[in-house]
Amino acid sequence: MQGFLDVFDIFLLEAVINGILLGGVLALLALGLNLIFGVIDVTWICYAELVMIGMYGMYYMVQVFGLPYWVAAPFAILLVAALGALLHFLVIEPLLTAPPVNQLLATGGVLFILQSFATVAFGIDFRNLGIRLPVLAFGEMHFSYSRLLSFIAALIGMVAVYLFMTRTFTGTAIRAIAQDRQIMSLMGVDTRRIYLITSALGGALAGLAACLLVLQYDVHPFVGLSFGPITFLICVLGGLGNFVGGFIAAFVFAEIISLGGLFSDLEWGYVLAFAFFIVMMFIRPAGLFARRS
Amino acid sequence: MLVVNGLVKRFGGFTAVNNVSFKVDQGEILGLIGPNGSGKSTIFNMLSGTLVPTAGSIEFDGRQIAGTAPHAIINSGIGRTFQIPRPFRRLTIFENVELAGFYGQGRHSRAKADASAEKALAMVGLPTNRHATVDTLGAAGLKKLELAKALATGPKLLLADESLGGLDEHEMDQAADMLRKIRDELGITIIWVEHIMGVLMRVVDRVMVLDHGEKISEGLPSAVASDPRVIEVYLGTDADSTQAAAAEARRRAGIQPHA
Repeated sequence: MQGFLDVFDIFLLEAVINGILLGGVLALLALGLNLIFGVIDVTWICYAELVMIGMYGMYYMVQVFGLPYWVAAPFAILLVAALGALLHFLVIEPLLTAPPVNQLLATGGVLFILQSFATVAFGIDFRNLGIRLPVLAFGEMHFSYSRLLSFIAALIGMVAVYLFMTRTFTGTAIRAIAQDRQIMSLMGVDTRRIYLITSALGGALAGLAACLLVLQYDVHPFVGLSFGPITFLICVLGGLGNFVGGFIAAFVFAEIISLGGLFSDLEWGYVLAFAFFIVMMFIRPAGLFARRS
Repeated sequence: MLVVNGLVKRFGGFTAVNNVSFKVDQGEILGLIGPNGSGKSTIFNMLSGTLVPTAGSIEFDGRQIAGTAPHAIINSGIGRTFQIPRPFRRLTIFENVELAGFYGQGRHSRAKADASAEKALAMVGLPTNRHATVDTLGAAGLKKLELAKALATGPKLLLADESLGGLDEHEMDQAADMLRKIRDELGITIIWVEHIMGVLMRVVDRVMVLDHGEKISEGLPSAVASDPRVIEVYLGTDADSTQAAAAEARRRAGIQPHA
């Protein structure tokens, strides 16, 4: 009996830590989506598809053109940042004053365009970087090195965004513009420029997530479905546009998935996470951390 | 400095501003008055670029600015305050003004933005420390913040939407003195919008009266206050303040009421 408990505790601890590691990347994804929603008041339904394009970018640079991972990563981030700015310029800006449902449908349309584009351009084969990172053994626990790396990189990315948002005028303007667009322009701020920068930043976060996810997952045209929906659930649970809420909700979801997976298959972890979300929507429909107004 | 010619703004079939022309000279304080809905704010919105005029021209410092984007107009040297203060509540008082100082002057440098912010805050009499929050300000303080934000953008012309409603008499006088001080010490030309006449008449050099989108009178405060058309517009709405202003203007002009 004692022996059984010991083993159980080790597995539990391993699952908890793996959950935290998974939470880092989910928090990064949620931050990007929350940034766009919080500042521009638009939901990029196609957010995870931007990640998918970034993953293909990494695949082609590393596997086809033979660039080292560290050289390819900044280019992938820049690529998706440019895609984010382009998405804003071509799709969002003309619809800024349109009803929210039109904006949702338009970015939903972009989702299908990107999926179809990837299918035609890259085929439906599963592809990966061919990089196999070692597994870290820590006592009797095992952690994937790529997860640890992703977690650290995601944290660094989030700290960088925090510093940008609090220490620069552009960041301050981004925080302020959500509250009152008209006043910003009467303080001399070119609001179109701030929106473009915000969109590029949201894209860059998707690009960073792509660099990290491509270490753990194969890329295919529908890979966005693996983490797109969960990112939305995290943002909604944390309160759409609430950065801190999204951060915490990401770890809540990651732990549910990881611990749920411990008792059964990993898929059951996702089922539990979605069930938890549905229950929470009944209890706190505005999100875990909704501001009382 | 500012030459406005034949300005028209229509919203569908409704004409908010109808063929209004006026000039503002360097260093002048022009009062712009009229009842609610007379087109004052619409004119301000066109001057600051928030609205595009249906017709007419706006020439500022020798350049046409009608229909230009607001941020470009602010950067060309026009500052604007709002009747209802609209601060960014999640930023500190200093950050609010600093942001205006940075973006209102062509994104120059943090040092310049901070210097403008400190100068503007000191001018209006708000604390220049970096941590004071917007929540600590009352109605008068919020109006001061509004003014500091506009001053930090380094304007040559200030559009002051200073509805003094909500302030007590002492605060109204302070606000009026503040505008005069801004003109005297910083050499900033001012257009001051107001819907009551009292305090405004004491401070402005010239006054222009709007009613239903049209200019019905313009001139020295004393002359405008005794203009029958102006009195008619204000009768029933604000007759007391009009008569008080007229009496005040006559007294200033050296005319005894019963002489």
